[in-house]
Amino acid sequence: LTPERRLPPVTQLGAASMAFVAAGVIYLASYLPKHAPLGAAIACLASAAVLLGVNAVLLSRTREFAWWRFFQVMRWGLLAYFVVAGMLEYTFLYDHTHGALLAIMTCMLVLFMVNVPLLLAFTVARYQVADR
Amino acid sequence: VFGVVGRLVYRRLMAVAASAVAVPPSAPRELGAVIPVRSLPLVAVVLAGLVVAIAGNWLWALTFYHVVGGALWTSIDLFVGFVIGPILRMLPVPARVEFTTRFMPKMLVIMPTVVTMTLGAGFQLARQSGHLSTSDPRHVWVVVSMCVVGVMAVVALALLSPANLAVLFELRKPQPDPAVVGALMRRFVYAAGVTGAMQVATFVIMTRLAS
Repeated sequence: LTPERRLPPVTQLGAASMAFVAAGVIYLASYLPKHAPLGAAIACLASAAVLLGVNAVLLSRTREFAWWRFFQVMRWGLLAYFVVAGMLEYTFLYDHTHGALLAIMTCMLVLFMVNVPLLLAFTVARYQVADR
Repeated sequence: VFGVVGRLVYRRLMAVAASAVAVPPSAPRELGAVIPVRSLPLVAVVLAGLVVAIAGNWLWALTFYHVVGGALWTSIDLFVGFVIGPILRMLPVPARVEFTTRFMPKMLVIMPTVVTMTLGAGFQLARQSGHLSTSDPRHVWVVVSMCVVGVMAVVALALLSPANLAVLFELRKPQPDPAVVGALMRRFVYAAGVTGAMQVATFVIMTRLAS
């Protein structure tokens, strides 16, 4: 059996960060075609960003980890989600979204684009043999 | 006490399972690509059709994509969560490994495609029908459906897909660890159960919107 390594709660923090992104997007979308007051959306964005930052710091402090496999999956995941995020950004611009709303939506998109590959890469790498 | 006994029994079972699934190093497992590449042209055709339907605002095609995609998404989620999942939990570990090896790559292609079909066409239909507007009397149901989709998206992207991919990587090892496969499959099946339950909520919302 693979010995269980002590690892930070990356999945839980990542899921919470994504939940804040989803909440922010639903909040903004629920006001369409009007513009929503941005306070709640900014709070969701900030919370999601803080959680992602904490996740990155905790993960970077991990010593015994299959970093090679992590970066391999992260690279390909980022490429795939960069394409997805690019298409979504195009739809924002196509729909004439602009100003603060566009900035918030773009930042949420970036968080989504980083969070998903991070969770994929972490879950795969945690069960691989750690780098020497 | 029950927790300690449970852990001991679980460890013993996992040890037995490990010995049962052990494969001699001289017989490496034959595994294909993580994603079935041959199915990707079909996915591209389906998604290209979706783009055409949205760009042309073609009501019949949008309804077709939304209904067919939604029906597949809901049926697969419920079937995996409530039929395949409980059966899988009862199977011996080697059988689970064999099933998972064939099942997971297909799910990695099918689910994102049907979800994209449903949501892409659904959003455009909501715009076209006016349900997306805050002044529409049924707008609240659209927002509730967004919340349900939000929960499903977080569960699927944060738990289900990573577990799916990790299982595929584990199965590519010469000797997959049955404890790891078991833990990841448990996570996969529970997550599928949650999304299955969310699909029941979707039935209520969609029938409210359509009636």
